[in-house]
Amino acid sequence: MNVAVITFPGSNCDQDCFRSVELAGGSPRYVWHREQSLGDADAVIVPGGFAHGDYLRPGAIARFSPIMGAVIAFARDGGLVVGICNGFQVLCEAGLLPGALLRNESMRFQSHDCALRVERSGTPFTRDYRKGRVIRMPLSHADGNYYADPETLAALEATGRVVFRYSDARGTVSAEANPNGSLNHIAGIVNADGNVLGMMPHPDRAIEEALGSVDGLPLFTSLVGSGAGTAAHTEVA
Amino acid sequence: MNRFTVEVLVTPRPGLLDPQGKAIHHALASLGYDSVEDVRVGRAIYLDIEAGSAAEATERVEDACRKLLANPVTEDFRVTAAEPACGAVR
Repeated sequence: MNVAVITFPGSNCDQDCFRSVELAGGSPRYVWHREQSLGDADAVIVPGGFAHGDYLRPGAIARFSPIMGAVIAFARDGGLVVGICNGFQVLCEAGLLPGALLRNESMRFQSHDCALRVERSGTPFTRDYRKGRVIRMPLSHADGNYYADPETLAALEATGRVVFRYSDARGTVSAEANPNGSLNHIAGIVNADGNVLGMMPHPDRAIEEALGSVDGLPLFTSLVGSGAGTAAHTEVA
Repeated sequence: MNRFTVEVLVTPRPGLLDPQGKAIHHALASLGYDSVEDVRVGRAIYLDIEAGSAAEATERVEDACRKLLANPVTEDFRVTAAEPACGAVR
C-alpha cells in the first residue's frame, strides 16, 4: 500500500511516520506541502510537529498549504487519512474532523507516556487492536485539549466515533488520567464516514522495542492492511 | 483608495475553557486585585489594507476572519476599521 506522508515546514514526525509505515509493510513516500497531487497514494498521514511554526493557531496556516486541496478531495472521496498530533490539529482546521484542540488545561506542554483505551476495533485504523485493550504510547503537545460543542460531542459518542480515550493502565478513565482536559477524555476520533482518523498521542513513537513500546504498530498494520489490494482483510471486526 | 488600519480582536467563545485567562486571574488575585471577576485572553491582529471605504475594508477582513484569522468552532471576532490618524491618503 502506498502511503503519502505530508511534510510541512515544521513537521518533525514525518520520519517517524515513514518508518512506521515501512515496518508495517507499506510503501511510504514523502509529499512536500507545496505539491498539489498525492500521486498514487492509497492512504495519507499528516504527521506531528509544528507546521508553519503553529503561528496563529496550530494547523491554521498548514490547512491552506497547496497539498491540502488534494488531501481534502482524497478524504471526501473516501480515502484513508490519519492525522497524528499536529496532524490532528490540521485535519480539524481543514474541517475534515469536527471540533478543535485547545490549549492544555494545565497550560503546560505535556510530554510523557500515556495509556489509551481502544474504544473501537472496527475501523480501518484499529482492526489489529482488540476493543477495550489498553495501549501505551507517548504524547507530546501543548494544544491537545479536545473540544466540540455539545451537539457534536453527543453525535460523536452516539455513533461510536471516539476511537481512543485517555485512561489509566487498567483502562479506567478519570480526570487524573486525562493529560490535557479533553472533553470525555477523547484522545482520537474518526469522521462520520470512518475514513479519517485524528489522534493526539503518537503511535509513530511506539513502533519498536527500543522506543519502549510497540503498541502503536497495530495502527499502521491496520492502515496498510486496509488497502484496496488486500480486500480479503477488509472484513470489519 | 485609502489605506485603513483594521483591528481584529479574536476572543475565546464565552463559556469555553480559557486556561490562560484563568492563570492570569489567579495571578491578579495573588497581587491583591480581588475585585477582578473574570479574565479572558484573546489576540489582537492589525492589518493595513487598501479599500474604497471603511465598510469595504471591514467586510474583506471579516471574510478573512471566517476563513483564517479566527476558528469558528472556538472563537469570536470583532473587526474595527480606522483610517490612520495622520490621514495618509494616496
